[in-house]
Amino acid sequence: MHKVYHRIERIAGNVITVHATGVGYRELAQVTSPRGTSLAQVIRIEGGRVDLQVFAGSRGISTDSQVRFLGHTMQVPFSDALLGRIFTGSGQPRDGGPAIYENLIEIGGPSVNPAKRIIPRNMVRTGIPMIDVFNTLVESQKLPIFSVAGEPYNPLLARIALQAEVDLIILGGMGLKYDDYLFFRDTLEKEGALSRSIMFIHTAADPVVECLLVPDISLAVAEQFALQNRRVLVLLTDMTNFCDALKEIAITMEQIPSNRGYPGDLYSQLARRYEKAVDFDTAGSITVLAVTTMPGDDVTHPVPDNTGYITEGQFYLRNGRIEPFGSLSRLKQLVNARTREDHRTIMNTMIQLYASYKETLEKQAMGFRMSQWDRKLLKYGQLFEERMMDLRVNIPLERALDLGWEILAECFEPEETAIPTRLIEKFWPRQRAEIETASAQPATVGT
Amino acid sequence: MSENIGKIIGINGNLLTVEFEKPVTQNEVAYAMRGDLRLKSEVIRVRGRHAELQVFEETTGLREGDAVVFTGELLSVELGPGLLGQVFDGLQNPLPKLAEKCGFFLQPGVYLDALPRDRRWAFTPIAKVGQVVRPGDTLGTVPEGIFSHRIMVPFALSKERNWTVDSVAMAGEYAVEDVIARLRNERNETVDVRLVQRWPVKIPIRAYEERLRPTEPLVTQIRIIDTMFPVARGGTYCIPGPFGAGKTVLQQLTSRYADVDIVVIAACGERAGEVVETLREFPELQDPRTGRTLMERTLIVCNTSSMPVAAREASVYTAVTIAEYYRQMGLNVLLLADSTSRWAQALREMSGRLEEIPGEEAFPAYLESVIAAFYERAGLVRLYDGSMGSVTIGGTVSPAGGNFEEPVTQSTLKVVGAFHGLSRERSDQRRYPAIHPLESWSKYESIVPAEQVALARGVLFRGNDVSQMMKVVGEEGTSIEDFVTYLKAEYLDAVYLQQDAYHPVDAATPPTRQRYVFDRIVRILKTKMSFESRDAARRFFQRLTQVTKDWNRSEWESGEFREIEGRINKMVAEVADYA
Repeated sequence: MHKVYHRIERIAGNVITVHATGVGYRELAQVTSPRGTSLAQVIRIEGGRVDLQVFAGSRGISTDSQVRFLGHTMQVPFSDALLGRIFTGSGQPRDGGPAIYENLIEIGGPSVNPAKRIIPRNMVRTGIPMIDVFNTLVESQKLPIFSVAGEPYNPLLARIALQAEVDLIILGGMGLKYDDYLFFRDTLEKEGALSRSIMFIHTAADPVVECLLVPDISLAVAEQFALQNRRVLVLLTDMTNFCDALKEIAITMEQIPSNRGYPGDLYSQLARRYEKAVDFDTAGSITVLAVTTMPGDDVTHPVPDNTGYITEGQFYLRNGRIEPFGSLSRLKQLVNARTREDHRTIMNTMIQLYASYKETLEKQAMGFRMSQWDRKLLKYGQLFEERMMDLRVNIPLERALDLGWEILAECFEPEETAIPTRLIEKFWPRQRAEIETASAQPATVGT
Repeated sequence: MSENIGKIIGINGNLLTVEFEKPVTQNEVAYAMRGDLRLKSEVIRVRGRHAELQVFEETTGLREGDAVVFTGELLSVELGPGLLGQVFDGLQNPLPKLAEKCGFFLQPGVYLDALPRDRRWAFTPIAKVGQVVRPGDTLGTVPEGIFSHRIMVPFALSKERNWTVDSVAMAGEYAVEDVIARLRNERNETVDVRLVQRWPVKIPIRAYEERLRPTEPLVTQIRIIDTMFPVARGGTYCIPGPFGAGKTVLQQLTSRYADVDIVVIAACGERAGEVVETLREFPELQDPRTGRTLMERTLIVCNTSSMPVAAREASVYTAVTIAEYYRQMGLNVLLLADSTSRWAQALREMSGRLEEIPGEEAFPAYLESVIAAFYERAGLVRLYDGSMGSVTIGGTVSPAGGNFEEPVTQSTLKVVGAFHGLSRERSDQRRYPAIHPLESWSKYESIVPAEQVALARGVLFRGNDVSQMMKVVGEEGTSIEDFVTYLKAEYLDAVYLQQDAYHPVDAATPPTRQRYVFDRIVRILKTKMSFESRDAARRFFQRLTQVTKDWNRSEWESGEFREIEGRINKMVAEVADYA
């Protein structure tokens, strides 16, 4: 059955072409050249000509290299033995440990039947007020972190991973700098989380095709754990590298590009991965947090743009802070009605006032006279940025809401906030003295 | 009957190239055989002895040389009682049944009957033996939930033939496949009519007397829509907006509160989570008009973003065909398509694989005509029996980068009757619904008097001018009259155009209340006011805004409603300038 082919007709980019019959679409093959052996996958069949993308790249492949088709698609082992281990994008051990061959599962399987999903209902507490109060993270959510290169997105990702209450963390690294890979490994190890983590790492130095496999492999493993009733958090960094790898293959295959060279099916490709985030009826869940770096800080770039339409919101990381504008958690409404009755009001009011503060800043920059109202806004904006937006702030949600009321009361009269009268009566701090004692308490560390 | 079988010679994504011997038909359904699995596909191009097929499933594992069975039938849906309340995929597979059969995942190659075969329906005959009938005429009815479901002469019968009723079944219980009537034409050909009939999705159903101009408003209970940018029954509208601007929330609210008989939701290439919300919540929610659950008047066709892309293209046609079918019963149907851009992208993906010469942004050149043809399936019609039915289509558009100058938005704007443009700026400011009051438009008639709308729009435009001017000359360079105009525009925006979707009262405003409140607010806008300073004016409007928002949150015509209205009147009277 496993016929060996010896004549490679074309080598272009990371794609090789052979004449073969009876080959299945997406089937794997083993390519052996004097330089070594690599896996390759069928990506197009055209009248007897079969195009394969070679995982290790085409460098060193000669026209008489051996191609042996394996009769199955890409598989990954799945068992508890994966925990604490680190693999490459094609599932080979990277940590010097033994290779695992048990219980192979296919990657990139069919999507979940919407009828078997349930409405997410659990908040994931992070201790970061800009997330917990303003854009609550919800179990089974898929959320990217939009950011420009140079922002501390990887530390933020690591911090959320460590503080979130989940059973299992799967890290998929794509085009990761070697330093960043070591950072993740060391941080997880230091905090004692490595034993509940699995890492699939493609570094910037590895062949580009392996980058394409990282999300599929990470999510296929996550899916199996979720079916075993576990709550899995999948961290993907950086999805822009994944998209660039897609682009590279598409161009090699002479596909017609749609927008800035990216293939027309970029949306579907991303959706197929992100939609693996799920809360199963009668089983566990997968939550996906993915870093998407925006080339040139341009949110209309095809990668962040397509991502934004797929994911359930986004965190916008800029100047070391999670921006309140642009950041959004679409699922927050599902959980923030049940946290505390003032949660939604504080969330909306503070953002609306912060928007007004930004307008006032503009006016100030142009040298206009500041009205009494402007001065109030300026004070408010500064307090908000200092006490809430700073990423170092680490307090539980309830404390953050109280802090919100304190900031409002320090700056405004109740009716200036347009908060419903009922809530004002209940929550508005009565006296200045009360505020002073409250804010004198040191910020507590969240769970 | 000999089977027409071809052979796969090429696979590229979900596009197959198949070598065939016997004649094939454009857009006919074929099945690619992967072992025992049959993968549904559709012929989309024929070149010489090679047919190109789009497969509605993942093609992983298909091999060169595998057989393809051509069926000779166009892609069709089943129409009959039992559609309402169901959740279908783009090919009309009932998803909950599929889950029972296959578990958590959507297994390729599994196709189930859209309508339950074992359920029995109480049939009441209407047509008499010997009666001459046309396609679309009613032969009898069965009750389906709150509706009387008409069993009609199949639309597929030729109009040219004179069909007479040969026999009709007695009143009684029948399953969808039971014959309930036999028709005969002048050539003595007979046709059995069952409760279920089939219709090809890409062809509009045209069994009606005439199409009329949509005039009657379709009330959505969303103030900014009904008052400022109304939608008409049988009309079309589109909601373009960048991600995160609230397209989907707006669609969900509309599906809940819109004053129509039936809502068909086509979740096309969007998030599965959003479908799940509808799926799980609607059976619990009560329809205020009927007292039954919302699910009984709702039907979902969902092909979410991770499901195979070719079926995404089919899903909007499946949805609109079902909508047309219920229109034929004299019902008002609302089709909500979210999002038409994903559908256009599905066209683009296929066009790319076919290596067609690309148009703008690599969309195919026929994009515009395809979009126009889809929206043209909306309409208000007078049926043969004189009753009226309508299909209203509301489609969201997700323009790349939130830029409306892209092909899908532009092609859509040409053919719709109302445009609800969502803006990032407004959603950043949490001004929901984020429909832009200056850029949006509607060609339909509002539920409030036109001159009031004109006045309110005038205030909005002038307020915007003043606010632009203030950015240059500052508040101190603005006259107090202009400043008050600006505050009035902001007030109108805050208390009327914005609406709290999550508040039990404010989420939906019935037309009576809209007329009453809008009249009151227009009077406030018209009131000349005098203030000592700009700060005093601002403080007044801040207070007035808060009280008016409390008013919006109070039950209609309750004691609280009256009390707050009194307070508002008093506040306005205090600053009114009668000089």
